[in-house]
Amino acid sequence: MAEDLTTLLAHQMAARLRAGEVTSRELAEAHLARAHATDRGLHAWLSLDDDRALAEADAADARLAAARAAGPAALDALHPLHGVPVALKDLVSVKGGQCTAGSRILEGYRAPYDAHITERLHEAGAVILGKTNMDEFAMGSSCEHSAFGPTANPWDLGRVPGGSSGGSAASVAAFQTPLSIGTDTGGSIRQPAALCGIVGMKPTYGRVSRYGIVAFASSLDQVGPFGRDVRDASALLHAVSGRDERDSTSAPIPVPEDLVRLPSSDDEAAAWLRGRRFGVPREYFVAGMDPGVEARIREAVAVLAASGASVEEVSLPHTDYGLATYYIVAPAEASANLARYDGVRFGHSVRGGEDYLADYLATRGSGFGAEVKRRIMLGTYALSAGYYDAFYLKALKVRTLIKRDFDVLFEAGFDALVAPTSPDVAFRFGDKMADPVRMYLSDACTLPVNMAGLPGISVPCGLSEGLPVGLQFIGPAWSEAALLRAARAYEGATAGADWRQVLPRDLALLEDPGIATPAERAAAPH
Amino acid sequence: MTATAERAASALERYEAVIGIEIHCQLRTASKMFCSCSTQYDGAPPNTHTCPVCLGLPGALPVMNKAAVEHVIATGLAIEASVPEHTQWERKNYFYPDLPKGYQISQYAIPLAADGRLTVDTSAGPFTVLIRRAHLEEDTAKLAHGDAPSSSGYRTTLVDFNRSGAPLMEIVTEPCLRTAEQARRYAEELQLLLRAIGVSDADMERGQMRVEANVSLRPRGTEPFGTRVEVKNMNSFRAVERAIAYEIDRQAAAIDAGEPLSMETRGWDDGRQATYRMRSKETSEDYRYFPEPDLPPLRVDRAWIERIRDGVPELPAARRKRYVAAGITPYDASVIVADQGMTGAFEAISAAGAAVPAKEVANFVTGPHARLAKAAGLNPRGTAGPSDPREIAAILAAIADGTVGRPIGRDLLDRHLADGTPAADLLATVRSTISDDDDLLAHVEAVIRANPKAVADFRAGKPVTGFFVGQVMRATGGAADAARVTALVRARLEAEG
Ligand SMILES: [Zn+2]
Repeated sequence: MAEDLTTLLAHQMAARLRAGEVTSRELAEAHLARAHATDRGLHAWLSLDDDRALAEADAADARLAAARAAGPAALDALHPLHGVPVALKDLVSVKGGQCTAGSRILEGYRAPYDAHITERLHEAGAVILGKTNMDEFAMGSSCEHSAFGPTANPWDLGRVPGGSSGGSAASVAAFQTPLSIGTDTGGSIRQPAALCGIVGMKPTYGRVSRYGIVAFASSLDQVGPFGRDVRDASALLHAVSGRDERDSTSAPIPVPEDLVRLPSSDDEAAAWLRGRRFGVPREYFVAGMDPGVEARIREAVAVLAASGASVEEVSLPHTDYGLATYYIVAPAEASANLARYDGVRFGHSVRGGEDYLADYLATRGSGFGAEVKRRIMLGTYALSAGYYDAFYLKALKVRTLIKRDFDVLFEAGFDALVAPTSPDVAFRFGDKMADPVRMYLSDACTLPVNMAGLPGISVPCGLSEGLPVGLQFIGPAWSEAALLRAARAYEGATAGADWRQVLPRDLALLEDPGIATPAERAAAPH
Repeated sequence: MTATAERAASALERYEAVIGIEIHCQLRTASKMFCSCSTQYDGAPPNTHTCPVCLGLPGALPVMNKAAVEHVIATGLAIEASVPEHTQWERKNYFYPDLPKGYQISQYAIPLAADGRLTVDTSAGPFTVLIRRAHLEEDTAKLAHGDAPSSSGYRTTLVDFNRSGAPLMEIVTEPCLRTAEQARRYAEELQLLLRAIGVSDADMERGQMRVEANVSLRPRGTEPFGTRVEVKNMNSFRAVERAIAYEIDRQAAAIDAGEPLSMETRGWDDGRQATYRMRSKETSEDYRYFPEPDLPPLRVDRAWIERIRDGVPELPAARRKRYVAAGITPYDASVIVADQGMTGAFEAISAAGAAVPAKEVANFVTGPHARLAKAAGLNPRGTAGPSDPREIAAILAAIADGTVGRPIGRDLLDRHLADGTPAADLLATVRSTISDDDDLLAHVEAVIRANPKAVADFRAGKPVTGFFVGQVMRATGGAADAARVTALVRARLEAEG
C-alpha cells in the first residue's frame, strides 16, 4: 500500500484499472481525500460531491468488472477515461448540482439538466469529483474575480493561478485531480495552464458543444481540457468533443481517434517533429514581457529546430488590434448573455422594490461583482444606438482581419505557430486588480486565437525564477490531432529536461491544516 | 354606421389618415421556435410546456425550427414579397419579466420576406396594401398581474412560460392605409391567407393574431406626418375598424381644438368603445440589436424556396376569381372562401361531381349544408355530419339534369344530410314514380280529364298551364321535374286546342 494514487497520470490510471490493479473507487477516494485535505490553502474547489463521485466510481468499477469478464475486446471498448476522476469548472451544468459560474447571482441555483459534456463524460465512464473555482462568469485572468474568494497557485501560494479557469488548473497542478475541464474565451484555459505548469487546450470553435455551459461570450467560448501531460489532455478532449444537435455552432466534424492514440514513447513522439514547419509570430513577443518567459520560449523554439523542424519568424500584423477588438466583442455578447440573471426565475433575487425595474437593479446590483458590471457596461455601450457601427461593427471587421492573418500563414504551409502563452509568469495577488487593462494584457497572446476560432494548446516549457512558463502551439481549424501531436512531440523532446522534475514549490505547505486561505493572503499586504 | 364612424368619415374630408398595421401571428408548428417544447399549451396548466431553452436557463442554447422559417417564406411568397438568399438572427435586448433571456431572438437587418403586397376588396373598390416586411421571432411568456396587494404588502405578478419561445411572425405594412375599413379588410384578408396556406390558425380572440395600428392625421394635401399613436388590444376585426375610426375622430377633434397630440401607445377598450392611454412613446427604446452568436446565419437557397412555393396552395383571391368564373356570384364566392369549412365542402362536392353546375354546389354549401356543418361539424370527407360529397354530388346532378324536381331534390339532400342514406337509394324511391314520360303523361291525362272547366278556360285563352302543372306535381308528390311536366301539359293542351 502507501502508494499515492494521486501522483498517477490519467493514462497510467487507465492501464491499472484495466489490469485490475486499482479500482475507480480507490482513485476517487484518494483524490477526494487529497482535495479535502489540501484545499484550505488552495481554494481550487467550489464544491466536492463525494457521494455522487463514489457512486459514479462504483458504477465504473462494475462496468470494468463486466468488461474484464467479457474479454479483451470489451476492455478495449472502454474509453481511456473510464473510471478516471475529473473536475469541472463551476459553469458546467450537472443535473441537480450547483452551477455558480463564480457568481453570487447564481447562488442557490441547481441546474435541472446535464450539459452535453457532462453527458459525454458520463458515457465515457469518467468520475466527476466536483466543481472548481473561477473568475465570475469567466471574466478575469487571475481567479481573483471569483465571488467566493480567489484560488492560489500551488507553485507560490501568494500568487494567482491565472484565470478564468484558475481552480481547474490549480487542482490539476496540486494533484487533487488528474484532469479538469475549463473554458477559454480569451485564454482562460491556456493562461492558467501556463501559470500552473500543466497542459491546457482550447479546441477549435465548434469542436465541443457549449450546451449547458454558462455563457460568457458565445462566439468565443470553447470548452477544453487540462491535464498534467499532453496524452491526458488529449484523451479528455476526445471524450467531450463532437457534434451536438443542441448547439447550432457545434460542427458536424468527426472526432479524430488519433486523440487517444498519441505515442507513449517520448522518442517516437519527438521524431514527428522532423520536417515540420513552425512559424514564430514576432508580434507575440510583446514589449514588457517577462525576460525569463521570452528566454524559455526561445529555448523551446530551439528544441523544435534541433529536433528537425524548420522554424521561421512570421508576422500576424493585426495582433495589436486583438485586445481592443476582443474587449468590444466579448463584453457586447456578455451584456446580452448576462441579461437573464434578473432574479425572476432562479438564483439570487432581491424583491420588494417599487416595481420590477427596482427589483432588477437591486438583484443585479448586489449579485454581480465589479468586473462583471464593468464588462456589461462596456458591452451595452458598444451596442448602443450611435455607437454600434463605430465599435461593434468595426470590431467584427477587424476580427475577420485577425482571422485572415492566421489563414495566410496556414495557407502558406505552416503546421503550427509557436508563441508564448502568457507574457508573464504567475503574478502576486492584487498586482493587477487595480488596473483592469494590465489584467486584460495577460491574454494578449491568447485572445487572437479565440477571435480566429482556432485551436491552441499551452504546454509547460520550463521555469522563470522558479515559476512555470507556458509554450503555446496554435494550429489551423480542426487540426487538434496534429496540434496535440506537436505538443506531445515537444513534450517527448524535452522529457529528460531538469525542469520537468520540479514539482510545484508550495505543494507541501498545502498539507498544513492551519494554512492561510488564498483570500487571507490576498487581503494581507505583501 | 356608428356615430364615431360618421364623425371619422367627416374628419377624413379635412384630414388624411396615415395608418400602418403591424400584425403578430403565432405560427402553426409542432414545437416552439428554438426548442422542442410542444406548442399545444392552450389550456395546459402554467409552466408545463417549458425546458431550459425557453426558460432562459444558464447554458441553454437555441436551435432553429425549420418549419417556422418555411412558414414565413411561404407567407412571403403568398404576398409576392422577395425572400433574401441570406439572413441572420439578431438579439433584441430589453428587460421585462416575460422575456426570460433578457433578449428576444428576432430578425432585424434582413427580414425573411420584404416588399410584399396584398389586395383587398373594400366598399370603395380594390385596395392594395404594401407590406414592408415579414420576419420571424419568438413569443414572450404570459404575465398574470395580481389585482390586490398580497398579505406581504406587495403586488405579485405570475409568469407562465408556456408561450415563451413560441414561433411568432411579425408582418409590417407601409404607412399606406387611409381608412379604418381598409385596415379591417387587410386584417381579414391576411387571416384568410394565413389559414389558406396553413401557417397560422390566426384566431384573434385566442391571441394567435395580434393587430396593432399606427395612426396619425395630416391636413389633406400636406406631406409631413402628424403625431403618431400606436393602438393595441384590438381583439376582433370589428375592434380594429372601430378603434382606428375612434382614433381618427379623437385626433381630428384634438387638432381642431388646437390641443397637442402626444406620441403614445393607446389600448382599445371594447366595453367603452374608446381608446385609452397606456404609456408614452416619446423616447424610443434602444434595443441594441446585434447578430445572435448562438445561431449561424441562415442561407435560403433557391431550390428550398421553390420547394416551398410548390407547397403553397391556391390563395383566397385566386380562388374567389375562379369561383366567379365558374358562375358563382362574387358575394357567394367571398362567403365560401372566407370559411375554410365551406371552401372544403365546396371543393369536395365539386370534385365528386364535375357535371354539377358550381352555382348549385354554392347554393347547397352556403345553405342547408352550412346549417348542418354549424350544428354537427365536418367529417373527414369534408362535408357535414354523416354526409358524403359523392352522394351529395349525385343528388345535385339529378336536380341539375331534371331527373328529380327541385322540391323533392331538396328533400333528398336533407334526408342525406340527416342520416347519410346513399343517393342511389334516395333517387330510386323517387324514380319509381317518375321514371319516364309515360308515367307523367298518365298523370297529365288524368288531371285534364278531371278538370274540364279549366280545359274550357284554356280554349278561351286564359292562362291555365300553371294550374295543370301544379295539379300534376301534387299528384306525383313533387317527384316530377316541373319543367318536363310543363312541357307535357303544354303539348297535351295544344292537342285539346
Ligand atoms: Zn422549451
